[in-house]
Amino acid sequence: MFQRNIGDVILEVQGISLSFGAMRVLNNISFDIRQGEIRSIIGPNGAGKSSMLNVINGVYHPQEGTIIFQGERRAEMKVHEAAAQGIARTFQNIALFKGMSTLDNIMTGRNQMMKSNLLQQAIYWGKAQKEELKHRKVVEEIIDFLEIQAIRKTPVGRLPYGMQKRVELGRALAAEPEILLLDEPMAGMNVEEKEDMSRFVLDINDEFGTTIVLIEHDMGVVMDLSDRVVVLDYGVQLADGSPDEVRNNQAVIDAYLGVAH
Amino acid sequence: MHIERDVFYIILASLALMVAIPWAAGMLSEDIFFEWPFFFEVAIGGLLAGVMYSLVALGFVLIFKASGVFNFAQGAMVLFSALTLVGLQEKGLPIWLAILATLAIMALLAYLIERLVLRPLVNQEHIILFMATIGITYFLDGFGQTLWGSEVKILDIGFSNQPGFYFGGKILINDFDLIAALIAGVLVVSLALFFQYTRIGRALRAVADDNQAALSVGIPLKHIWVIVWTVAGVVALVAGIMWGSKLGVQFSLALIALKALPVLILGGFTSVPGAIVGGLIIGAGEKLAEVFIAPLIGGGIEDWFAYMLALAFLVFRPQGLFGEKIIERV
Amino acid sequence: MIYREAGEFKSSYQADQAILTIRQDRWFIWGLMAFAFLVIPAISSEYWLTTIMLPFLILGLAALGLNILTGYAGQLSLGTGGFMATGAFAAYKLATAFPELNIVIVILASGLITSGVGILFGVPSLRIKGFYLAVATLASQFFLIWMFNKFGWFTNYSASGVISAPPMSVFNEILVTGPHATPVAKYLFVLTLVVLLTLVAKNLVRSNIGREWMAVRDMDIAAEIIGIPMLSTKLKAFAVSSFYCGVAGALWAFLHTGSVEPLAFDVNRSFQVLFMVIIGGLGSIMGAFLGAGFIVLLPILLTNAPHWFGLNIAVDTISHIEFMVFGILIIFFLIVEPHGLARLWQITKEKLRLWPFPY
Repeated sequence: MFQRNIGDVILEVQGISLSFGAMRVLNNISFDIRQGEIRSIIGPNGAGKSSMLNVINGVYHPQEGTIIFQGERRAEMKVHEAAAQGIARTFQNIALFKGMSTLDNIMTGRNQMMKSNLLQQAIYWGKAQKEELKHRKVVEEIIDFLEIQAIRKTPVGRLPYGMQKRVELGRALAAEPEILLLDEPMAGMNVEEKEDMSRFVLDINDEFGTTIVLIEHDMGVVMDLSDRVVVLDYGVQLADGSPDEVRNNQAVIDAYLGVAH
Repeated sequence: MHIERDVFYIILASLALMVAIPWAAGMLSEDIFFEWPFFFEVAIGGLLAGVMYSLVALGFVLIFKASGVFNFAQGAMVLFSALTLVGLQEKGLPIWLAILATLAIMALLAYLIERLVLRPLVNQEHIILFMATIGITYFLDGFGQTLWGSEVKILDIGFSNQPGFYFGGKILINDFDLIAALIAGVLVVSLALFFQYTRIGRALRAVADDNQAALSVGIPLKHIWVIVWTVAGVVALVAGIMWGSKLGVQFSLALIALKALPVLILGGFTSVPGAIVGGLIIGAGEKLAEVFIAPLIGGGIEDWFAYMLALAFLVFRPQGLFGEKIIERV
Repeated sequence: MIYREAGEFKSSYQADQAILTIRQDRWFIWGLMAFAFLVIPAISSEYWLTTIMLPFLILGLAALGLNILTGYAGQLSLGTGGFMATGAFAAYKLATAFPELNIVIVILASGLITSGVGILFGVPSLRIKGFYLAVATLASQFFLIWMFNKFGWFTNYSASGVISAPPMSVFNEILVTGPHATPVAKYLFVLTLVVLLTLVAKNLVRSNIGREWMAVRDMDIAAEIIGIPMLSTKLKAFAVSSFYCGVAGALWAFLHTGSVEPLAFDVNRSFQVLFMVIIGGLGSIMGAFLGAGFIVLLPILLTNAPHWFGLNIAVDTISHIEFMVFGILIIFFLIVEPHGLARLWQITKEKLRLWPFPY
């Protein structure tokens, strides 16, 4: 076991409740995320895991509760502001830009850092080009890291599923986020692909010190990777703790295995 | 039918505005003549014209619901059916036979469109199918006029076109408009019943929800499409007869389709009641605006008023009055 | 094995990001430029220049504008004609109010004014999508044309409603507008402008803004989550697109027809330009011009074809048949290659790379 570098609380979820009409999706959820840790959210289908991520990055606005990010209570924000604050994510059902190449997709991840204006981009030579080249270099490093050099110029719509997942991870990484939200990055993968993806997740966490919030159904992967785990079930928080604690929690066992009534 | 509360309020608010704005304009400006009987005359005339818009919009909605195709050719189908009807009548066919023959031709057209256009383009993006229907529009406009000539023709189906006085002799209404509205109403109700209670209607609604799923439970997609396009053809023929006998059968009938577009975005692309209510609001709003607002800003605003009205609506309710709310998931 | 990238090694990202990375492509483009600037003016008759080349270039520019909005940013618009009219009338007002202004400035400024109008009508796009938006853009089309027809100010209170473009020149002496301008001068002027603006468009779509547009087109909600602000990205697309349409409108009125009239920019113009984009290929700069060429040449072909076969058909019948054939061709094209001529061109190039081997 290598040395973990876990810092202070970077994001705190306090008493979040979210409803769509009459349906209560999240009910009084509270947990915190520490700098540099791998934090997993698990639970059966429909437990509200993806909704939780959507609350964290500002897509859904909860009716109750607050989010404290980097010590500040977060006001209601627009969807595109999360990226500026350093929150990037991948999606359960891949949300890549299908008509664009791998390279361009990952380049979009750096849109926050592109500063040249419309006129400079229209002329291209000069500032815009310098900027393009600078970011291209970073993106190429990400491409090397994820071992996707060969598909650099392929439109992502033509790539197999596993590769698309990887490109999506690359796009999120390109933003150099504080927190990386991964929504089922290994869903539908075979063992080998899962191993690759697990390695990437660990490397990202280790090399860049990125805090990772992970939703995953494969319990083996979750228990191996995570520092701490939150368990949700039908919008209710069942447990929160280290993988071992969660594994032995009676409520969790009941939710996963079912109880005789 | 279940109506959302918001929709109810929007309709109420539009009604209030339709009364308040002309009244205020009449009070404030000397150029505007405002009297209550005159107001109602204009409003009713507008509503009756609106029924005709609804009729064209209805054809759009049917096809959009069943196949997701935004059928730009609906207006061309109106023109084509009216041209064919008049052409057959001129050849000496009695009117009932001419109507039957035209119906048969519209069914054949629906079959050909399914076979030659829709089937090869199945699973293409919506914009491609939309473009294809523009292609159909051009073809039908050209074909109809090549076949039957392009001069204005008179279509006489034996209804009087005399204005009559109603409500104690104070309000002038065109008899023809009343009859047209009545027929359109009957058509709408029978279509609603058809879709609600027949087997084909149920299959159609299933296809509208999810055509892959419908296919997998054994609903023959291509038959459904032919049926829907045929029904849309029938609706087009009715609209063609109404508009044709009112305005004469001529190329401008095809342009009426464009007027049905704001009706559609107001009512929602997938809603039959939306097409009706949208048509009424656009019809009345347009006439009222033309009479009570246009003189203040130069006149002739009928060209764009319906679109602007629909646009203003959309900003508040992007899915239209009765359209399904689009929920985005990630 | 003549057309290929093998053996061309790029040692810098700069070389890899150039517009044309394959040597043969560069030769082709330079050859095409030489042909357009030197050979065409020398060999073309006046008829060719004025009835084919000018409309082709100008409508190609408008198609490029619409392609930025629809093909790259994914916002379907039926208001192109209205925006072209805005450019034409803006140019007329500028040219008559400030007669000493250079024509290039007049045209670019009218493009900018059209941008402003475009932004205004682009605002609803934040909430409205797809076909709803397309219908909403019809509002701008009808409203703008009505406005230019209705208010005398736009035509300087001309009694007939038809106004002609004042003669203007470049480099102080070469007339490019008005009745005395030579077709060659007009052609070269338009060509230069079109080439430069095409280069600008290419630069935009390969820069950050181009990627943002495509991201919004391909999946708007994901684009927003990765930090692309929806409203400003869409408005930029409307602004740039309208700029191109405005310039095209100004060129159409000043250099092609010589007169400014709203009728030239009615809703049929919008459809015509949309056809060019779809037939040429959505999201392709070259496609805009391929589509424009096709749509400009087709009616000329159709009108003349009966004569070649010795047939004599009444003029209005020909126009009806033209409609029919046009409709059939559109459908045929969509069925054969829904991604347009640009895609066909790409496929040809891919085949050429492998030639003479099948794969």
